[in-house]
Amino acid sequence: MSKNVKVYSTSTCHFCIRAKQFLEDNNIEFENIDISTNPEKAQEMVQKTGQMGVPVLDIEGEIIIGFDKDKITQALGL
Amino acid sequence: MVNGLLDLIIIGAGPAGITAAVYAARKGLSFLVLTGDVGGQAAWSSDIENYTGYQFVSGAELTLKFEEHMRKYNIDIRENELVNQIERKNGVILVKTAKDEYSANSVVIASGKQSRELGVPGEEEFKNRGLTYCATCDGPLFAGKVVAVIGGGNSALDAALQLIKIASQIFIINISPELGGDAVMRDKVIKSDKVTVMNNSQVTKVLGDKFVSGIVLKSGTGETEIPVEGIFVEIGLIPNSDFATDIEKNKQGEIKVNCRNETNVPGIFAAGDVTDVPEKQIIIAAGEGAKSVLTASRYLAGQE
Repeated sequence: MSKNVKVYSTSTCHFCIRAKQFLEDNNIEFENIDISTNPEKAQEMVQKTGQMGVPVLDIEGEIIIGFDKDKITQALGL
Repeated sequence: MVNGLLDLIIIGAGPAGITAAVYAARKGLSFLVLTGDVGGQAAWSSDIENYTGYQFVSGAELTLKFEEHMRKYNIDIRENELVNQIERKNGVILVKTAKDEYSANSVVIASGKQSRELGVPGEEEFKNRGLTYCATCDGPLFAGKVVAVIGGGNSALDAALQLIKIASQIFIINISPELGGDAVMRDKVIKSDKVTVMNNSQVTKVLGDKFVSGIVLKSGTGETEIPVEGIFVEIGLIPNSDFATDIEKNKQGEIKVNCRNETNVPGIFAAGDVTDVPEKQIIIAAGEGAKSVLTASRYLAGQE
């Protein structure tokens, strides 16, 4: 069963690009939310995480701040 | 447990480390790369206009190109694995990380630099809660907000230029009597009516509750409080060389190398921004990375 994955990102952030690339490499489908063009979603991310750094991954409600490969691998059960 | 003896360990994966890895792969060396992240400072740069072959490229794009190039070879790269200790024993170099221990006949240190911190109350607490060291990454989160850029050199000017497009108002807090940096950038920044430059001013405290709400400044006229929602710290860089305790460094903590990238310890070489090489540029770091592996492979050949 594939998990519901959201990535909060900005287009200029290198670690966002890498996080998305990592998901693609592992054939994980995800919803990319570009918060630089979507202030409402930016607010949602800040509220969810209590912080303002990107990327943020929401994997079935499990929040991972930053491109933390080990945590992402674990959360996805890769 | 110490893993099998390698020809080479490369520490770091910025422009110097990645180039070193490409050269090591082409030399057929047995090696691995230990690093916190891939890209280093280059990944944080906004616009790069002086890397030959690219008239204009963003840091993120150039880093992707570097990575693509590295991926062409089957390189063992261990991310999230910062080096804690490096030591030469009986002609072999031991490298320890929090996760494991490795050994090799040679090492290239290309661990680069990281942002210098303000060292004031509130900084630690509000990291990623309004205070950031990367305007390129986090700038878009401050759309329409009042922000402060701390610093007066090129990186501060670069951050301000990016923020002019995003924020509503920008205070530049500069400890010196005048802004430094390149004249072209300085003029662009000063021209913007969103920008207020505050010279001779020093940040003494970061204020806030859950997120940043202001800064306290000290200047000749006393202390003032400025309400801001974002703080971009751009006060220079420090070398990531703490783990290299047995290696000679200069006053700034940069590893001393000669023109062949040799340090004072045989078998340990260094390249890029972590070294005392004059001029810190992406293209120079990449070149130094190449040079260091060519020297290392000559050293390894001499050992056989």
